[in-house]
Amino acid sequence: MAISSIPMPGKRFVIGVPFVWLFVFFFLPFLILLYISFVDMGSDIHPFKPLWDSTAGVLKLKYENYLSILRTEEGAPLFKTLYVDAYLRSIGYALITALLCLVLGYPFAYFIARAPESVRPALLLMVMLPFWTSFLLRVYAWKGLLADQGVINRFLMSIGIIGEPMQMLYTNVSMLVGMTYVYLPFMILPLYANLVKMDFRLLEAAYDLGTTPFKAFWLITVPLSKAGIIAGFMLVFIPCVGEFVIPSLLGGPENLMIGRVVWDEMFTANDWPKATALAVVMIALIVIPLAIYYHYTGERDEGAKS
Amino acid sequence: MKQLLEKHFGKFWLALVFAFLYLPLLFMIVFSFNSTRQDARFTGFSLRWYEALTRDTKIVEGFWLSLKIATVTGMLSAVLATFAAFVLVRYRRFLGRTVFSGMVNAPLVMPEVIIGLSLLLLFVGTQNFFGFPQRGMGTIILGHTLLGMAYGMVVIQSRLLEMNRSIEEAAMDLGARPMQVFFLVTLPNIFQAILAAFLLAFTLSFDDVVIAEFLSGPGVNTLPQVIFGYARRGINPTIYAAATLLIVTVTVVIVAYAVWVARATRRRDREIAAAMRAETVALSTN
Repeated sequence: MAISSIPMPGKRFVIGVPFVWLFVFFFLPFLILLYISFVDMGSDIHPFKPLWDSTAGVLKLKYENYLSILRTEEGAPLFKTLYVDAYLRSIGYALITALLCLVLGYPFAYFIARAPESVRPALLLMVMLPFWTSFLLRVYAWKGLLADQGVINRFLMSIGIIGEPMQMLYTNVSMLVGMTYVYLPFMILPLYANLVKMDFRLLEAAYDLGTTPFKAFWLITVPLSKAGIIAGFMLVFIPCVGEFVIPSLLGGPENLMIGRVVWDEMFTANDWPKATALAVVMIALIVIPLAIYYHYTGERDEGAKS
Repeated sequence: MKQLLEKHFGKFWLALVFAFLYLPLLFMIVFSFNSTRQDARFTGFSLRWYEALTRDTKIVEGFWLSLKIATVTGMLSAVLATFAAFVLVRYRRFLGRTVFSGMVNAPLVMPEVIIGLSLLLLFVGTQNFFGFPQRGMGTIILGHTLLGMAYGMVVIQSRLLEMNRSIEEAAMDLGARPMQVFFLVTLPNIFQAILAAFLLAFTLSFDDVVIAEFLSGPGVNTLPQVIFGYARRGINPTIYAAATLLIVTVTVVIVAYAVWVARATRRRDREIAAAMRAETVALSTN
């Protein structure tokens, strides 16, 4: 209290350094991104064309960069483009991954939270350990595990479950296994942080009053851990939408996600306005669920304070 | 009966998920010692892939480059994160605070593709107008620092929030100037968090491929970029050898740290217990 009320000579400097840094390397690049998404690049590769048409005296914004995301040409049916497909697929994968992480991670986090206090740090350490080793390498390992002649196929064939190799690599299977694998700790940690604070005597009280364990779990544990579920869901969903490495290594041509499409438009097609327009829409797709999330959690925080 | 079921189901589920988490790591360790390029059959023990690793100049050069980039990124991120955390915790009211906090936190939720793309556009723009910077090590560091700073800020912020302010006030009362208070009192108190921020930024940078792919120039390839290139082409046990070395390093560091923390805690507990006993003895003899 006392310190912040005293005018500090260095205050301007302390605020200025990170502010200028973020302005130059975060805000400015974002403005340029937005700018180029409205540029009419035409045939010459010069993305920094002025938007201001000095002869006509009007601002020329090329909305076609955005419209062409929605339809291939004028008069063509809306929403039938590879871009819309890629967006929907990205959101779909992110949702399914978040659900799979929840199904796998919830009981896991719950049992860690209920484990004896002496072993909990070791169990958490075991969750974090793969997380600290390279993400790229762990994804790459799945390529070998899921291959047609890979370890998993050979194992399943040797015990006679399948007669011939299943194709898992470069399909939805490998995509979802890879994404669930990578993002599972993001679900487990917030759930654990939430569940470990829960008062398990509430469950005992419910048992004493004759509830079945399932009902007690559903009516007491789950509602109490709602905040952890939502936090974990967001932490998995958001990075999954923009995932780039996993579809590149484990996905086939049918598993194209929007991050990869942006890359291709930028470097293969050299269509900078299109790439940036796609990126702007992608940001909107991430900001909207986030805004809803903050809207609800913000309201609850205020409720808790009053 | 119910509890017995729950207990066994719990153990089963923990084992299942841990198996899932560790399967790829075990797979890479085992097959890094394989004698052939086979990916599903262990044909015999050999160290040939480790030998291939040391001879692979692309990997070795990528490793040194990544190490340099990660070290600079870690230091830069730790310093900037300290500034940012200090601003957010200590300066409750200033013009543009909402914008500032938004800008600090946004990289946490921005896809790396967008961070890479927007920074690339910035550097292309400045190159057009001012002729610098050349894309390469420097631009990758700038990109990684944006991410490292955001993560580091979260760590340092939580430490600053729980720090006891009265020692700072005591130093002020005793006549220390604000700079002295910061360097002699605040900084030693949050040093562990700054170190954690450094390590986090270092790890993020050492592991990142997406931002590096956008911001690297011709002939500049970080270790993850080299591995990404190999990985897209197919199976290469040399990568398993690199992975094994990394897994061993990380495991040793983390387990050693955990044991060190546990020992320190136990020693403190013992000392407290001994002090209590001594007090009891002193009280009973009096």
